[in-house]
Amino acid sequence: MDKFTTLTGIAAPMPLVNIDTDMIIPKQFLKTIKRSGLGVNLFDEMRYNLDGSEIADFVLNQPAYRKAEIIVAGDNFGCGSSREHAPWALLDFGIRCVISTSFADIFYNNCFKNGILPIVMPQEVVDVLMADAKKGANARQTVDLIAQTVTTSDGQVFAFEVDGHRKHCLINGLDDIGLTLEKATAIDSFEKKNAALHPWA
Amino acid sequence: MTARTLYDKIWDDHVVHQADDGTCLLYIDRHLVHEVTSPQAFEGLRMSNRKVRAPEKTIAVPDHNVPTTLDRANAATMTEDSRIQVQALDQNAKDFGIHYYPVSDVRQGIVHIVGPEQGWTLPGMTVVCGDSHTATHGAFGSLAHGIGTSEVEHVLATQTLIQRKAKNFKVEITGSLRPGVTAKDITMAVIGETGTGGGTGYVIEYCGQAIRELSMEGRMTVCNMAIEGGARAGLIAPDEKTFAYCMGRPHAPKGAAWEAAVAYWKTLYTDEGAHFDKVVTIKGEDIAPLVTWGTSPEDVLPITAVVPSPSDFTGGKVEAVQRALDYMGLVPGQKLSEIKIDTVFIGSCTNGRIEDLRAAAAILKGKKKKDGIRAMVVPGSGLVRAQAEEEGLAQIFIDAGFEWRLAGCSMCLAMNPDQLAPGERCAATSNRNFEGRQGRGGRTHLLSPGMAAAAAITGHLTDVRDLMAETV
Repeated sequence: MDKFTTLTGIAAPMPLVNIDTDMIIPKQFLKTIKRSGLGVNLFDEMRYNLDGSEIADFVLNQPAYRKAEIIVAGDNFGCGSSREHAPWALLDFGIRCVISTSFADIFYNNCFKNGILPIVMPQEVVDVLMADAKKGANARQTVDLIAQTVTTSDGQVFAFEVDGHRKHCLINGLDDIGLTLEKATAIDSFEKKNAALHPWA
Repeated sequence: MTARTLYDKIWDDHVVHQADDGTCLLYIDRHLVHEVTSPQAFEGLRMSNRKVRAPEKTIAVPDHNVPTTLDRANAATMTEDSRIQVQALDQNAKDFGIHYYPVSDVRQGIVHIVGPEQGWTLPGMTVVCGDSHTATHGAFGSLAHGIGTSEVEHVLATQTLIQRKAKNFKVEITGSLRPGVTAKDITMAVIGETGTGGGTGYVIEYCGQAIRELSMEGRMTVCNMAIEGGARAGLIAPDEKTFAYCMGRPHAPKGAAWEAAVAYWKTLYTDEGAHFDKVVTIKGEDIAPLVTWGTSPEDVLPITAVVPSPSDFTGGKVEAVQRALDYMGLVPGQKLSEIKIDTVFIGSCTNGRIEDLRAAAAILKGKKKKDGIRAMVVPGSGLVRAQAEEEGLAQIFIDAGFEWRLAGCSMCLAMNPDQLAPGERCAATSNRNFEGRQGRGGRTHLLSPGMAAAAAITGHLTDVRDLMAETV
C-alpha cells in the first residue's frame, strides 16, 4: 500500500448526496480478478454515454478536474455494497482523498486499506471546501495527514479527526495482516479457550 | 456487573486483543465467501505464501454471477469474465481446502440463504462475508457484517478482524403488523424513518412484539436491510423460534453439544437497563405496505401515497430528489398505485426464502400475470427451489406465467444476464433501487413479495390488500 502523508491537488466538487458504490463502479466491472485498471470505469454511468462518449458536464470530464486527486462530496458517500472495487477505481483514477460530512462504514474502512484518506468534516466546513473546489484547477487544496488539516486554496485551515491506528498504517503504508500475525499467540490462545467454551463454534 | 446489550455480549466474547487506543482484534467464527469479492484476496494469500488459517470455518458458494436459467449447466450461458470468476472460486476452494457448494450442487444458492440453511450461522457467532448483506445473519443473534476484499484476505489469513466497537442502536417495533404488511415493510419503514445514513456507526438491535412475532425468514429480511439504513449489522435476540430453526441443520451441534449451545444462546439478550446510544420506536399497526419511488432505499412511502416533490425536502436532498424523479420518469403528485411496470422480480437474499415464495404464491394462486409483463421467480437456494416445488408453489408461479428459475443473486444486482433494459420499470423484492442497479437506466421499485405478485397481476404498483380482499 502507498503511504499517505501530505497531498496538494485539485479537488473535484460532487455535492450530490448518497453517492453509492453502484455509481462509483457499476457491477459489470466487478468481474475482474485483479485490483488494477478500474479507473477508466470510475463513475462509468455518470461519466459516459451508452455509446462510450464522454458526458461533457460530468465533473471529472471537465478540463479543470480531469487530474483531480481529491473529491469533496455530499453526505453519505460510498453507501451501498461492500465492493472494494470502489476505492480501487478511485485510486486507479488518481483520487487519494475524499472529503464529506459522512461516509458509509464499509466504504470508509475499505479506503484506509488502499491508501485513500476519507475525511469527515462538519457541514459548514464541507460547504467552504465545496465552494473552493468549484473554483477549478487553480484552486488546489492541501491535505496534511500528519498535522490532520485541510487547507483551502486561499489559506483557510481546517482540522480533522482520524483514528490513531488507521493514521499510523496510512502514514507508514503498513499491511494489516502482517501486524495481526504478530499477535498469533493471542489468536492461538483465544481459539484454545473458545474450543472449550463454545465447541460448536 | 454492568448491564450489557446483546451486541456488547457478543463483542466481549470475541475480543482476542485490545490495544490501548481501543482498537480490537475480533475473532471470526464463520467466514462466507463468494466469487466476486474473493479472487484478489486468495491471490494475496498466494503472493505472500499464506494459508487459510481456519478452512473448517470458511464456506464458499458462487452466487452473484451464475446464470439462473435452466440451461446453466452449459458453460456457454455465462460470459467469459463471469466464467473466469466462478472457475477461480472453484480452484481457490480446492487449493485452500475450504467448504464449497459448487453451481452443480443442489445446496448452491445465495450465500446468505445457504449459510443459515446449512446450519453454519448460529446464535452468538461472528459472521463476515465480502458482501454488505451479511447483515442478514443477525436474525440469529449473531454479529454479522460485510467486509471489503482486503478484510476478506485478513480473515482468511488470521481468522480475525481489526475493529473498533460501534455504538448501540435500538429499533423497537411495538404491537402487531396489520394484514398484508410484512417484514419487508418493517425494514423499509425503519429506513424511511432514519434515512440511509441513520445507522452509520451503529449496530442495530431490532426488538419489540412485531419482531418477536416474525418467523426466522422474516427476521432475516429485516436484518438484511440494516445496511440500507447505514448500519453494518442488525441483530435480533435468539429465542425458541431461532433454536427450532437451527436444530437438526447439517452443521448445527448435536446431542450434548446442542444442549450446551442452547444454554449459552439463552444468555444472549440485552440486559434490563443496558444503555443504547440511539432509540427509534415505530408502532407495528402504523406500518402500511410500502414501495420505493426514488433511487435511494430511504425514498419510501405507503402504496396509498403520491410521488413527492423536491420542494418537500431540504438541503442536499432537493437536488437528489429531482435527479431521482428524472431518472425514474415520475412526476410529483402521481399516485404510486398508478405507476405501470414492465417487469417483476421475486428473489434475492432479502426475499428469496420459502416464506417469501409462499406469500407471493398466495396472491398469484389461480391468477395470471398481466399480458406483456416479464415476471420471474428466482429462489434463494436450490433447497428453497426444491421445497417450493414440493409444496406446489412452483406450479402456481408457472401457471401465472412466471419464469421459474434456478438459484442465484440474479436481477438484484444484475451481474448475470438477468438485467433491465434502459427505461424498463421493475417491481422488485430485492434491496437496492440505486441508479443502474438492475441494469443501466433500469427503474426499480422495492416492495414485498406479496406486493410484487399483486403488481404482476395488475401491471401497475398495487396495494396487495386489495387483492387479498378478493381472495377471501
